[in-house]
Amino acid sequence: MAKSATSQLLFHSSDWNFKTLSRAYDAIETIALDELGLNVYPNQLEIISAEQMLDAYSSVGMPLMYQHWSFGKRFVFEEHHYRKGHHGLAYELVINSNPCITYLMEGNTMAMQTLVTAHASFGHNHFFKNNYLFRQWTDANAILSYMEFSKKYIAKCEERHGTSAVEAILDSAHALMEQGVFRSRRPPRLSSKKEQERARERLEYEEQTYSDLWRTLPRSAERPNPEEAEREAMERKKVLNLPEENLLYFLEKNSLILEPWQRELLRIVRVIAQYFYPQRQTKVMNEGCATFVHYTIINRLFDQGKISEGAILEMLHSHSSVVFQPTFDDPRYSGINPYALGFALMQEIERICNNPTSEDRDWFPHIAGSGQWRETLLDAWANHRDESFILQYLSPALIRKFRLFLLTDQRNEKYCEVAAIHNERGYRAVRAALAKSYDIGANQPDVQVVDVDLLGDRQLRLRHNIKNGILLDEKERDATLQHVRHLWGYDVSLVGVDAETGKVRYECATA
Amino acid sequence: MPNFIDRRLNPKDKSLGNRRRFLKRAREELKRTIKEHVKTDRIADVDAGHKVPMPVGGSNEPTFRPARDSGDREYVLPGNREYIPGDRIEKQGGGGGAGSGAGTGKDEDDFQFLLSREEVLDLFFEDLELPDMIKLSLKEAVAFKPRRAGFATSGSPTNINVGRTMRNSYGRRIALHRPGRKAVEALAEEIAQLEAEVSLDASKRQRLQALREELDGLERRRRRIPYVDPVDIRFNRFERQPLPNANAVMFCLMDVSSSMGEREKDLAKRFFVLLHLFLKRRYDRIDMVFIRHTDEAGEVDEDTFFYSTQSGGTVVSTALEEMLNIIRERYPAKEWNIYAAQASDGDNIPRDSERCAAILNGALMRLCQYYAYVEIIDERETEIFGSTDNGTSLWRAYRTVDDKWPNFQMTRIARPSDIYPVFRKLFARQPTMQFRS
Repeated sequence: MAKSATSQLLFHSSDWNFKTLSRAYDAIETIALDELGLNVYPNQLEIISAEQMLDAYSSVGMPLMYQHWSFGKRFVFEEHHYRKGHHGLAYELVINSNPCITYLMEGNTMAMQTLVTAHASFGHNHFFKNNYLFRQWTDANAILSYMEFSKKYIAKCEERHGTSAVEAILDSAHALMEQGVFRSRRPPRLSSKKEQERARERLEYEEQTYSDLWRTLPRSAERPNPEEAEREAMERKKVLNLPEENLLYFLEKNSLILEPWQRELLRIVRVIAQYFYPQRQTKVMNEGCATFVHYTIINRLFDQGKISEGAILEMLHSHSSVVFQPTFDDPRYSGINPYALGFALMQEIERICNNPTSEDRDWFPHIAGSGQWRETLLDAWANHRDESFILQYLSPALIRKFRLFLLTDQRNEKYCEVAAIHNERGYRAVRAALAKSYDIGANQPDVQVVDVDLLGDRQLRLRHNIKNGILLDEKERDATLQHVRHLWGYDVSLVGVDAETGKVRYECATA
Repeated sequence: MPNFIDRRLNPKDKSLGNRRRFLKRAREELKRTIKEHVKTDRIADVDAGHKVPMPVGGSNEPTFRPARDSGDREYVLPGNREYIPGDRIEKQGGGGGAGSGAGTGKDEDDFQFLLSREEVLDLFFEDLELPDMIKLSLKEAVAFKPRRAGFATSGSPTNINVGRTMRNSYGRRIALHRPGRKAVEALAEEIAQLEAEVSLDASKRQRLQALREELDGLERRRRRIPYVDPVDIRFNRFERQPLPNANAVMFCLMDVSSSMGEREKDLAKRFFVLLHLFLKRRYDRIDMVFIRHTDEAGEVDEDTFFYSTQSGGTVVSTALEEMLNIIRERYPAKEWNIYAAQASDGDNIPRDSERCAAILNGALMRLCQYYAYVEIIDERETEIFGSTDNGTSLWRAYRTVDDKWPNFQMTRIARPSDIYPVFRKLFARQPTMQFRS
C-alpha cells in the first residue's frame, strides 16, 4: 500500500538526473498544456554551471554574444557580488527563442529543477509565445541565428579593422541603445539571411563603383528666399522621415561618415535593443505569469501525489522568498518586486473570477464571478503589457494588501507629499500612478532627431521633449552627445523643450 | 520529452575575453591604483591579489539619463503604515528614497573587484617594460637532478638496462641463427642413443658421424655467437637536469642613521619591493631579512626597518658582516639563492668603505646571486654626480667591486620616477647570471 503510494512520486531524493528531469518535465507538461491551456514553443533545457551562469549574465542572457569590454565590466561586477554573497545566482535563465532555451543550474536540487522547469519552460515560454509585444516586435525563430551572425560578423570586423576601431563604434552605439528602439511604430522585420547577404553585396558593389566625379557637378544657384528655405526644410524632413525617435536607425541610414561595416554594427546593436524592449515592458506580467504557472503546477503535482511533502515544502520556501515584498522603509527595499506584484495580480484575477466580493463586482463587472479564470488570464497575458495590465486589473483589495501609497515629489518643495493611500478616494490615483511608472516609453528621456541640413552645415539637431521637468544628467548628456557626433561625423546640437509649455529649457551642442 | 543538453562540459571562461578587454580599457587607472598599493603595502604583500575600485574613467558608459534632482516625480510605495493624504515627508538626500534601481547605480560607484596576482604583476611590470628575456635571466640553476633520458651504449654497470639489453640480444640471436639450447640437446640425445646401441651397422655409424659433426658445428656456432654480446648492452641514460632552487632569501640592507629621511626611506622601500616582486616570480619561497645599521647593525622586522629611527654614526661594514653571519647561520649558499639589496645615502665613516669592498670581494659576492646597491641622493646632486664616478667614498669603493663582479650592480636614484628606469638598467645590464661554483 505504502509502496504503491510512493511509486507515484516523480523523484525521491534531492539529487537529479536526466531521467527524473524528464519524468518531471512530462508530468508538468501534462498539467500545463491540458489543465492550464498553455501554448508553448518546443523546449530545450540546458544544464549549466555557476560560472556559465555568470557568463550568461554578463552577456545580457544571450547564449551567443559578441565581445565587448562592457560585458567584461558587467561580469566583474556580477562576480564580485556573487562571491561576496550579496545575491545568489538565478536558478534559471530563459531565452525568448524557438526552441525556447532554458538554462538550469547544476547546483539545483531536483525539487528546484521541477519548480524552475514549470516556471521558465512553461510560464515564461508561454508568455513569450503569446504576448502581443513579443509576437509583433521580436522574432523568436530568427534571434539565435541572428546572434550567431552578429558575433561572427563583429569578430570578422575586428580582424579586418582592428579591435579598437570596432570598439569605438560599439561604444557609441551602446550609448544610444535606449534611443535605438522603435517605440511607436513597428520595426522592420529581421530580413532573411539571403536578403541581408544581398544588401551587403550591393553596398560592396556601390563602394567599388563609387565615382568621385559626381561630387564635382556644379550646384544649382543659391536661393535665399525665406519661404523657399522653409519649404526646403519641410521637404528634407519629409525625405529623411523626420522627426525620428530611433537615433541608431537614423544614424545607420543617414550618417555621412560611416562605412558599410560600421552601419552594420549599429544595426546589430539596434536589433538587440529592440529584441529586449518588450521584455522591459512586461517585467511584472512575465514574472507574474511564470510564478503563477509554477505555483499552480507544483500544487497540482502535489495534489496528484507526484511530489513528496518534503519537496513541496522546499519549493514553497523558495517560492515565498521569491515573492517577498519588503515595505518601503525596510532596508531590503529596492523598488516593488515584480515577482510579488505580478504573482499577486494573477492570483487576484483568479480570486475575482471565482470568489468575488461586492467591491470586485463593482470594479470588474466583466470578469467577477465568471469562474473563467484560465481564459481571463490567458487573454490578459496575450494582450497586455505591464502598464495596461496594471491599469486594468490592479484591484482595491490588492492595493490594500500591499498598502500602496502615492508620494509626489515636486522639484521645488522641501517635502514629498503623500497624495493618495489605500482608501476609496485613493485607489484610482494609486493605480494610475503605478501603471504609469511601468510605462517605459513615458519614463525614458524622449530624444528625437528633428532636423538636419545635409547640404548646409550638416548639423544634426536633436530635441529632448522634457516631461514633468525631468532634465538630463548634464555630464552624461554631453558625453553621449559626443558619441552621437562620433557616429554622425558633424556637429550635433540638443535642445530641451518642455513638452507641456513648449518653452526651451536648455540648449547644448558639441563644439 | 524535451531536448536536454548538458552544457557543463562546454569550455569555461566564455567572458574571459571580455574581462581582458575591460582591464585593457581601465589600464591607466588600474596602474595608478597598483602604484598606490606598492607605496603603502608591506613588501611581501604587494603582489597579492589586489582589490581595486571599479575604474570610472575610460570605462564609463554614458547614456541619456534623467538627472536625479530635477523635475516632478511620483512614487508608488508599498507598506504604508500611518500616512494619510496630505502628510509630508522630508526629502533625504535626493529623491524621496524611492525609484527602482537606485541601488545599483550607487553600488557600481564604490564597488571593488579583485585583480589576480598575474594581472597585478602585469600591470606593475608593464611600467618597467622588461623584455621577457631579462626576466628569464633571473632563473638561474644551482642544483642538478638526474633525469631519465633514453638509453646509451656506454655507462656504468649499475645503470645497465637489463630488459633493453636482453631484447637486443634476442633479436641478434634470431638474426644470426644462433642454435638454440633445445636443438643442441635434441642432437646430443640422439647421439647418446646411437652410442648406447651395442652394435652399429654402417649406415648408423655414418649417421652418428654426421650427427657428431653437426653437433660440433652447432657448438662452434654457439661459441661464435655469444648469448649476450657487448653490442647488445644498453645503459639507462641520465641527464643532469638543472633544478632551479626554489628557495631564495632576500637581504635588505639600509642605513637608518639620521641622514636617511622619510624621502630616502620611501625610495628605498620601493626599490626593495621591486626586487621582491622579481624574486617572487621565480621562487616558491622567499625569506626576507632586514638589516639596518647605523654604527652597528642588527636584524629587525619590517616595520622597525622602515618606520623607526635610530641615531648614531654610520659604519656600513657592520651590516655586511651581519649579513655574512646570518648567511652562515641560517642560509647555506648551497640551499638558498641569496639576493641582497642595499640602500644608503652614501655616508660612511672614513676608511670603512674600503673594508666594505674587501668583505664583498672576499666572501660575500661569492655567496650572493645578485647584489644591488642603490645610492639615494638629493635631487640637486643629480646634476653634480649624474653619471660620473665621483661621489662618496662608499660609491668609489663599490665601483671597484662593480668592475670585478658581473652580478654586482650599483646605481643612484633621486626621485621615485628614477626607480623604474634604474631598476630596468640594473637587470638589463647582466645578460646572464653566473652559476656559483
